[in-house]
Amino acid sequence: MKSGLLQRDRVFDFMTPKKVEGLDLKHGTVLYMEDVSVTFEGFKAINQLNFYLNTGELRCVIGPNGAGKTTMMDIITGKTRPDTGSCWFGQKYNLLQMDEPEIAQIGIGRKFQKPTVFEQHTVFENLELAMAGPKTIWSTFVAKLNGEQRDQLDQILAMICLTEEHSRLAGLLSHGQKQWLEIGMLLMQNPLMLLVDEPAAGMTHQEMDRTVDLLTSLAGNHSIVVVEHDMEFVRALNSRVTVLHQGAVLMEGSMDAVQKDERVVEVYLGQ
Amino acid sequence: MGLLRMLKNDKGGQIFLGVLVATLIAVPILHALPTDHPLHLSTYMVTLLGKYLTYALLAVAVDLVWGYLGILSLGHAAFFALGGYAMGMYLMRQIGERGVYGDPVLPDFMVFLNWTELPWFWHGFDMFWFAILMAMCLPGLLALVFGWLAFRSRVTGVYLSIITQALTYALMLAFFRNEMGFGGNNGLTDFKDILGFSLQDDGVRVGLFIASGLMLGLGYLACRVIIQSRLGRVAVAIRDAEDRTRFIGYRVERVKLAIFTFSAMLAGIAGALYVPQVGIINPSEFQPLNSIEVVVWVAMGGRATLYGAVIGAIGVNYAKTWFTGAFPDAWLFALGALFVFVTLFLPRGIAGLFKHSLLRKRAKV
Ligand SMILES: Nc1ncnc2c1ncn2[C@@H]1O[C@H](COP(=O)(O)OP(=O)(O)O)[C@@H](O)[C@H]1O
Ligand SMILES: [Mg+2]
Repeated sequence: MKSGLLQRDRVFDFMTPKKVEGLDLKHGTVLYMEDVSVTFEGFKAINQLNFYLNTGELRCVIGPNGAGKTTMMDIITGKTRPDTGSCWFGQKYNLLQMDEPEIAQIGIGRKFQKPTVFEQHTVFENLELAMAGPKTIWSTFVAKLNGEQRDQLDQILAMICLTEEHSRLAGLLSHGQKQWLEIGMLLMQNPLMLLVDEPAAGMTHQEMDRTVDLLTSLAGNHSIVVVEHDMEFVRALNSRVTVLHQGAVLMEGSMDAVQKDERVVEVYLGQ
Repeated sequence: MGLLRMLKNDKGGQIFLGVLVATLIAVPILHALPTDHPLHLSTYMVTLLGKYLTYALLAVAVDLVWGYLGILSLGHAAFFALGGYAMGMYLMRQIGERGVYGDPVLPDFMVFLNWTELPWFWHGFDMFWFAILMAMCLPGLLALVFGWLAFRSRVTGVYLSIITQALTYALMLAFFRNEMGFGGNNGLTDFKDILGFSLQDDGVRVGLFIASGLMLGLGYLACRVIIQSRLGRVAVAIRDAEDRTRFIGYRVERVKLAIFTFSAMLAGIAGALYVPQVGIINPSEFQPLNSIEVVVWVAMGGRATLYGAVIGAIGVNYAKTWFTGAFPDAWLFALGALFVFVTLFLPRGIAGLFKHSLLRKRAKV
């Protein structure tokens, strides 16, 4: 059964990202990456990559192992600095001049490839820590959950099917549940743009279906980049697909077009 | 009340604070008994216990940064010693004309070095409140500068531990130098009074013991308040997944800096209480081994519990006092053996044992 939250006609207020001041999205593009290159010890992991994402778009990025998908997310979130190129969030934010917390605070959230939750904290505390809001030392020290925030937390708990587990240590969850918890943390951050690295890994078919529902319901209000290996999953998302190969875009198009493309077939078979 | 609510979830803390209060009441009473009474506690014992309490406060400070924030500081003895020096400077100025050379202002060692004027950094230390303030602020300032440099460049793990060792070693070498103006390798000693009362006085000894116990209790509560706040949960998050914490928008460096600095100030207070009880502070307090020993206390007592640090500090130091009396040369071997035993068989330390039996009991009900 689908939970109410996943139905498109029922969107909760808190799920609508707040407007980020000065973020001009009228040109329709939320993310610009131009001519970006990264070299690791002489190896070009990203090679003159150009990537644009429209506001509210859901985009899948596929590509063989080592194509540079995770590295691309590292660049956007400030973890890796490219050697050349530019990377802008809207027209205002030059992401290459910002660090990870700043980038998180302007509304870019990320789910890691290897699910990373705070294992020694409960599910509830994990979500609480991720919650959007001021994150300075003092405001964190005196922070108390108010009723509204508690409701929001409960709703997200229900959405990621972890209501019963809310006081369990996150380290005790199954792999799929950890993935969900991390997605829940992403939602608590209420970002404008979500970068989701291999969400389906370790999930059952049912869990995958729910993830597809969730991601498609978030699109529109959020701009989303999904990296995934599972082709069935990508097909179900029914979005534009970008194929990455050796750190550059090989092609872009619908899933059907991509699967028919000779170069893509060659890259995947050549592995 | 918030404090009571906080303690409700902290079984170990309740027991610890209960025992602490009982000790603070019992020790002065036992000490007041006539000398020939079998339960009489000698002044020597009172002071020894007071010294253990200051070690316990130091261990709590280390557990805060190691247990909850994941920073294995091998340099906390430096903050302890700096606090000790601040107090030592006050105690030196209290000597006044009663020094060997009878100079009303200059401590003996300065007269001996043919100095004619008090160095600028010795001014103000004739006032108790100033010395106490400095005993907190100097270690805090050092931690702030050191931490700012280290955390900003994202030095973590073993490398960070090694540079904390280097920090305390460098300070030891500096304090050994006579020109530094802290008494060189003899350090500061021959203290007479504190706040106008003789340090030899039994009542003063008991007073220092009680002050150490109160500060330990307050320090424990302050750390608890931090840990139980969301900031404390962020600290644990940093300990377990530093990158993740950054990507949800927390300024990891600042959180580390704030808690590390607070911890250094606690260590400084511990040092300031330690010096009047042992009667001397010299550069050997900075030696790298001292900082390592503190970490061993915490590991043995049980990391990330706070009260475990107290158990470890008092337990190991009691063993040390006994051992160095019985087999003076064997202490380090015994400590090493004990450490190996605890890491192998009690990975959660002595407090872990206690927690385990609590959980068991709950499971049976
Ligand atoms: N920090 C790093 N240091 C060195 N090489 C790296 C680093 N990060 C990624 N790489 C290399 O860059 C390439 C791209 O990696 P990645 O972005 O993780 O690929 P993908 O996510 O597409 O599988 C790989 O060959 C990987 O080994
Ligand atoms: Mg990857």
